[in-house]
Amino acid sequence: MILDRRNKLLIGLGIVAAILIARLFVIQIIDNKYKIDASNNSMVYNTIYPTRGIMHDRNGNILVGNKVAYDILVTPREVEAFDTTAFCRILGVDRDFLETKFAEYRKYRRKIGYQSVILLKQVPTETYMRFAETAYMFPGFRGQARNIREYPFNAGGNLLGYVSEVDQSYINRHPGEYKSGDYAGMTGIEAAREADLRGEKGYSIYLRDSRNKIMTRYNDGEMDKEAVPGKDITTTIDANLQHYGQELMKNKVGSLVAIEPSTGEILTLVSSPGIDVDILADFGAHYNEVLSNPYKPMFNRAVQAPYPPGSVFKLVNGLIGLQEGVLTPASRYPCSMGYHFGKNKLGCHAHRSPLDLEESIMMSCNAYYCYVFRNILESGRNGNIAESMDKWNEYVKSFGFGRKLGSDFPAELPGFIPDSKYYDKRYRKGGWKATTVISLSIGQGEIGCTPLHLANLCATIANRGYYYIPHIVKDSKLVSIDPKYKEKVYTMVDTSYFPVVVEGMYRAVNSGYGSGATASVAEVKGLDICGKTGTAQNPRGDDNSVFICFAPKDNPKIAVAAYIEHGSFGARWAAPIASLLIEKYLNGEICPERKPLEKRVLEGDLMDKVKP
Amino acid sequence: MLVLCWFILFMIGWMNIYASIHSSEPSSIFSPEGRSGKQFIWMLVSLVFGIVILFVLNPHIYESLSLPIYIAVACLLVAVIFLGTEVKGSRSWFELGPVRFQPAEVSKISTSLLLATVMSQFGFKISRPKDFLSVAAIILFPMLVIVGQSETGSALVYVGFAFVLYREGMSGWVLFLGFMAILLFVLTLAASPYTALMVLAGVTSFCDAVYTGKIKGWFVKYLPALVFLGFVPVILENVWEAAGWNPENMVKPAYIFIGVVLLTLPFIVFRAYRTRSGFTVLAAASLLAGVMLVYSTDFLFNNVLQDHQRKRIEVLLGLKDDPSGVGYNVNQSMIAIGSGGLFGKGYLQGTQTTYGFVPEQSTDFIFCTIGEEWGFVGSAAVILMFVFLIWRIITKAERCKEAFTRIYGYCVASCIFMHLFINIGMTIGLMPVIGIPLPFISYGGSSLLAFTIMLFIFIALESNEKKFAS
Repeated sequence: MILDRRNKLLIGLGIVAAILIARLFVIQIIDNKYKIDASNNSMVYNTIYPTRGIMHDRNGNILVGNKVAYDILVTPREVEAFDTTAFCRILGVDRDFLETKFAEYRKYRRKIGYQSVILLKQVPTETYMRFAETAYMFPGFRGQARNIREYPFNAGGNLLGYVSEVDQSYINRHPGEYKSGDYAGMTGIEAAREADLRGEKGYSIYLRDSRNKIMTRYNDGEMDKEAVPGKDITTTIDANLQHYGQELMKNKVGSLVAIEPSTGEILTLVSSPGIDVDILADFGAHYNEVLSNPYKPMFNRAVQAPYPPGSVFKLVNGLIGLQEGVLTPASRYPCSMGYHFGKNKLGCHAHRSPLDLEESIMMSCNAYYCYVFRNILESGRNGNIAESMDKWNEYVKSFGFGRKLGSDFPAELPGFIPDSKYYDKRYRKGGWKATTVISLSIGQGEIGCTPLHLANLCATIANRGYYYIPHIVKDSKLVSIDPKYKEKVYTMVDTSYFPVVVEGMYRAVNSGYGSGATASVAEVKGLDICGKTGTAQNPRGDDNSVFICFAPKDNPKIAVAAYIEHGSFGARWAAPIASLLIEKYLNGEICPERKPLEKRVLEGDLMDKVKP
Repeated sequence: MLVLCWFILFMIGWMNIYASIHSSEPSSIFSPEGRSGKQFIWMLVSLVFGIVILFVLNPHIYESLSLPIYIAVACLLVAVIFLGTEVKGSRSWFELGPVRFQPAEVSKISTSLLLATVMSQFGFKISRPKDFLSVAAIILFPMLVIVGQSETGSALVYVGFAFVLYREGMSGWVLFLGFMAILLFVLTLAASPYTALMVLAGVTSFCDAVYTGKIKGWFVKYLPALVFLGFVPVILENVWEAAGWNPENMVKPAYIFIGVVLLTLPFIVFRAYRTRSGFTVLAAASLLAGVMLVYSTDFLFNNVLQDHQRKRIEVLLGLKDDPSGVGYNVNQSMIAIGSGGLFGKGYLQGTQTTYGFVPEQSTDFIFCTIGEEWGFVGSAAVILMFVFLIWRIITKAERCKEAFTRIYGYCVASCIFMHLFINIGMTIGLMPVIGIPLPFISYGGSSLLAFTIMLFIFIALESNEKKFAS
C-alpha cells in the first residue's frame, strides 16, 4: 500500500476511531465506577430494617423486647410551603427547631440532593398517628417505622447495655457493615452479641426518573431483599433475681454478682448505682445526664472496679498454704490482738487463741494468715522470697485473679495481683521481705479484684476446686456459645484441700451468735449457706463490706459475691445482702424471721457515706 | 452501498430516538406526536429529496450553481442572526410554521460545493498564496458567521475542511502545526507551562534532527538533557527550601529556561544561516512561536476567557470535578454509557436514558442511549459503521476522474468525520460539550435532511461519472 495522502487520512480516521472505541471499552467494560453510579442514579433502595433479636432470661421471660416508634423523614427538595404552626403543634416541636433544621438542609442541599433525611427520631405512636392523618398537608415529609427497645423488667440496665444510632467513628471501625441511621448495641450484651442481635437489613428497589419521581418497582420486586430478623438470645440471667438484687443494692455503691457454680452461668450481676432500663430505650436523650452523674452509673463495677478483696482472700492463701505443704488443717497459730513483727503489728479483733485452719476461717483471724503467708514466702521450697512471690502469684492467677476471666461480657478488666518484679520496682531489688508485703495475707495492699473475680472464687470453692468461665449468654437453638464456657478450669490447688475450707466457711455462717463466727447474720435455716466475710480498708472513708457465700453446702446451686463500698464490716451489709439473695433464689421468698433484716437492707442508704 | 449505509444509520437513530423517549411519551414508534414519528416523517421527506437528487436533477447543475447557492446561504446565515428565533442562547434557527431549520446545516453543503468548484478549476494550486487565501476565505466566512451565532460546535466542523486542503496538496506541516498548537494549549492548562515548554523543545528539536538526519545525536544529547530539565523545578525547589528561601519568591525555572533559550537561539540561527539549513531556522522560529503561544494561552485562559467558558475547558481537562454543574451532562452521559457494559441492557431497557438522567438524549446525546442499551458491542458497531461510510466515500471519491467530485466527496467525508468525532467524543468525555448532532442518527429534521442531501449529491455525482465512464 502506498503511503499517499489518501491513505494517511484513512490511517488518521482509523486512529481516531480506535481512540473512541478504546475509550468506550474503558468506561463500559474496565471501569466499574460508572456502573455503580448508574444504579445510584436510577434505583432507590428503600431500606427495610430488621427487628432486633429479643433477649430472654434463663426462665424464658423477656428481658428486652421491641416496640415500634416512628422516625419522621423529610426530603427537603420535595417540601413545598406548608403550615408550620400546625406542623409544630402536631409533632410537638418548636419553630426554632424547624428553622434550624431547614437552615441546615439549605446549607447542605448539594450533598442531600433528593435524599430523605431524618427530621425527628423515635416519635411515639400517638404523635405519629396524628401526623399520618394530616400528612397530605405536608408534602415531602413521611414517617418510617423503627423498632426500639422495650424492657418489661426493671432488671440489668448495665448488663443489657443500650442500643443507639451509630456515629461516624463507629461506622469507620466496622467498615462495610453500617450506614448512617443504623442502630447498634453499644454496651453490655447488646454490644457483645451485636452480630446475632442485629439481623440483616433488607431493601426494596424502586426505579426513579431524574426528577426523583418513583416510577415503578424494579423487576417487579424480584431483586428485593427481605430483612432477616435478628436472632433471639437467651441470657443466663434470672430476671426476678436480678430485679431483687437491684432492690437490695438500691442506695448503696458496689456490686452483687451471683453465679451458678455447676455451669458458670451468671444469674445476677448488679452494679450500683446503675442505669435504669427506662433510660436505656432512648439512651441518646439521657446520655449527658448519665455522664454527669457523680456516681458514674455507666461504670460497671461488677467487672471493672479493682477492689482489695479483704479477708475473703484468706481462703486463697489458706488453700495455697495447704498445697505448698506449709500448712495442715491442724496447724494452730496464736493471735494476741494481731500479728507482731519487729516493732510493727498487724491488728486483729478479739477472739480465742490459738486457732486451727477451720476456726481461722470461721473467726477470720488476721494473725493466722500472716503466719501462713510468711511460711509460703519463706519456706524456701520455691527458692528465695522473690521466687516464692512469683510462685504465689501463679497460684493466685490460677483462680482467675489478676487477669480477665474471659467472660462474654465486654469491658471486663483484669484487676491486679503483684509479683516480685512489681516490688523490685517499687522498693528496689532485694529491698523488700515477707513482712513488707504482709498485708497481702489478708487481701489488703497492692491487690485488686473485681466482684466478678470474687464470685468466681466462691464458685470455685463451691465446686471444690474448679470453675467454669462465668458467662451471660446461654446456648440456645439459634445462638451457640464458645465451647470454652463448657470446660472445667482447675486451679493449681488440689481438689482434696477444698473441703476443709468449705467446712470453715460453713462454720463461719452456721455456728450461731456467741461462737465467735463472723457471718452468723447470713444463716438461713435449712439452706446450709457457706460464707466468708471481708472488711477491706478504703482510704476514702469507712471500710468496704465484703461477703462471698454459696449454698447449699452440698451440690451448690448459687455462689454470690457482694461488695459494698463504705459498708463497714462484712457482716454489716454484704453478708445480709448476699444471704438474702440466696434465700430468695433457693426458697423463692424471705422467711418471716429474716423480714426485719430484709427491711433494713432495702431501706438502708449508704450514699451519704460515699464521696463521689 | 452508500444508500444502504444511510438507511442503516437512520434506522439505528430512529429506534434509539424512540427508546430515549418512550417512557415519557408512551406511544407507537410511528405516532406523529412523538419524536420518533416526526423523525420518520423527516426520513420520508429526506428520501423524496434524495430521489429527486438522484433521478431528477442533472448533476452538472451543482458545479455551475455552487456560487449562487453559496451566496444565498451566506445571506441566510447573516440574516438568521437578526431574524432567527432564539433557541438556547443562540440565534441560528429559522421558524417557518411548524418547521424549524438551521442555515448552518445547509451551509456545510454550499461551502463544500463552492470549495469543490474553486479547487477543481484548471490551474488552481493551493501552494499559491492567492489561491490559498481564496479557499481560506470560502471556509472562514461561514465559520465566523456561525461563531457569531454562538454555535461554536457547528463552526468547529469547518476545521475538518483542512483535511480536504491537505488531500489537495496543502503542506502537511500546516496540519502538524495545528495539532501542535492544540497540544500545547492543552498541556499548558492541564499540566503546566513548563511541561508544555519541555514538550515543545523536544518536538521542535526532534523534527529538526529528523530533517537534518541527526536522529541518533538527538537521542544521545537532547533526550537526556530534556529529561534532566524535566526534573529541574523539583530539584530547584528542594535546593531553595534547604537553603531556607521561599521558592515562591525565587525566579521561576521556566523563565530561566526561556532566558537560556533566548541567549543560545541567535547562535543556532546564525550557524543554520551559514550552513543554509533553512529548516533549522524555521524550527527555531516555531519554537519561539510556541513559547509565545504557551504564555498567551496562560494569559488568555486566566484573563480573557469568561468564567463559564473557562469552566467547561477545566472540566474537560479534568482540572476540576463538578458533577452537578457544568460536568453534569458529561457525567450523566458517561454513567449511562458505562452502565451498558459489554452487551448493554437491551432495547428499551435502559434505566439512565429512559428516565431522563441524560439531557438532550434524543438529539446531541443520542449516543448514550445506544451505549446503554446496546453496550460496547453496539456502540462500537455504530462507530465502525461510520468509519465504513467515510472510507467508502473517500475510496469512491478517489476513483473519480473529475476533481470536482473528488473534492466534494472529501468535503462530505470530513464533515461526517468531524461530527462523529466531536459528538461521540463529547458523550464519552473526550471533547467539551458543544452541541452538534450525530449525522443521520440524532433527532432533528434539518440535520437529517441536510446530511441526506449532502450525501445524495455525492452519490449522484459519483454515479453520473460511472455512467459517463462506461
